[in-house]
Amino acid sequence: MNEVAAPVETAAFAAADYKSGYKPVWCPGCGDYGVLGGLTRALAILQLPPHQVAVVSGIGCSSRIPAYTSCYGFHGVHGRALAAGTGLKVARPDLTVIVAGGDGDGYSIGGNHFLHACRRNVDLTYIVMDNHVYGMTKGQASPTTEPDWNSKLTPGGTGVRSFHPLVIALAAGANFVARAFSGDSGGAAEIIAQAIRHPGFSFVEVLSPCVTFRPEQKDWKQAVRRTEIPATADPAQAARRIMTDDGFNIGVLYAGDRPVYGRTHGTGIAPAELEGEFAL
Amino acid sequence: MNPPTQWPPRPATIEEMMLQALAMEREAVARYSELADIMETHNNREVAELFQRMAGYEQHHVDHILEDMHWPRNIVTPRYGGIWTAPDGPEAVPLEDMHYLMLPWHALQLALAAEQRAHDFFDGLAREAASDAIRKAALEMRAEEAEHVELVRAWLAKVPQPDSDWAADPDPPRHTD
Repeated sequence: MNEVAAPVETAAFAAADYKSGYKPVWCPGCGDYGVLGGLTRALAILQLPPHQVAVVSGIGCSSRIPAYTSCYGFHGVHGRALAAGTGLKVARPDLTVIVAGGDGDGYSIGGNHFLHACRRNVDLTYIVMDNHVYGMTKGQASPTTEPDWNSKLTPGGTGVRSFHPLVIALAAGANFVARAFSGDSGGAAEIIAQAIRHPGFSFVEVLSPCVTFRPEQKDWKQAVRRTEIPATADPAQAARRIMTDDGFNIGVLYAGDRPVYGRTHGTGIAPAELEGEFAL
Repeated sequence: MNPPTQWPPRPATIEEMMLQALAMEREAVARYSELADIMETHNNREVAELFQRMAGYEQHHVDHILEDMHWPRNIVTPRYGGIWTAPDGPEAVPLEDMHYLMLPWHALQLALAAEQRAHDFFDGLAREAASDAIRKAALEMRAEEAEHVELVRAWLAKVPQPDSDWAADPDPPRHTD
């Protein structure tokens, strides 16, 4: 074939460099593998050194993800990943902070933190692997479960309206709102990379099937479609769009320019002075 | 799933085509390795070893392309699919097709389908190549994939077909009573 080597583009970090030596214990076929692949590919796109990235999580199947990366990681308290991640970013603004977890951890146990993290608009990225079920505890209905999902634990369904995370994130003040699909790991990587680049609180909802408790979610691969419409910076337009789609449009739905919370806000206080406040 | 809006054109040079091929082979190595890890974690060692072996074959293809093109190992390949239209590259076994009790026969069926897709990918490139040089390179790659297809077929012939109750598990993970 070609005898002459032409100049080529090289990279310091490949996606594999962001994976730890720990092998995931997720079920075979779980969507979270695709999200891990998407996250590591996104970090490779951005060429961020692993030691400059921190991945923070709560509790649940998907919240195991920090252990599977070579970045700094914190596997925290159920529903409190955003609180830990916010504190970390404010204390160490030089780090790229990624908070990750599932729909139960993020929208139920951590629902209040979700609202206020959106409102504060600290510069971090929140990835929710949404499978509409509590998988780790064997299949209870979560906030995003459809009201008519029939299971042994919820015969006839819960009858409760599903939580709509994207429109709530938008209303609460998130600066970037997107939806991705775990079965399209390359596409998820592009969206996550955009989310990390975008200033402020970036929220990426990833449809990530639970093949064990929601095997019907395998059909999501046929249902999802990449959105043809570019992201808007107009919250009203984004809200209309998110409220009227069928939940399977993949892409960036809102990219705003709301002011980002940082150390310039408030008076600032030296750590020693702060510790003094707690002295007995 | 619909393809990305800005779909790349057919490769205009051999370098472009081989970068696409490299991206596909790298993805296959990564996916087979991932599948091997999944099966090892779920104590299905026989299938884990099979996928590891497939990863080795694909790695050989990666090495062959790098050597042929005089490219460094850390060369950047086109992001997000390149010229294939599905979310995964043609040679990647879909993650959602895995089952923790799957047998070598199932694994080889998946591998056979992946190798056939890779063969068809290069076949398509050869048919629509922008130049004779690209066509020749695509045909060479197609021939290598055809060898893999035959290899997997021969392997499959030596493996027993699964019983109808292969997925029966007296202690299933999904037990909510």
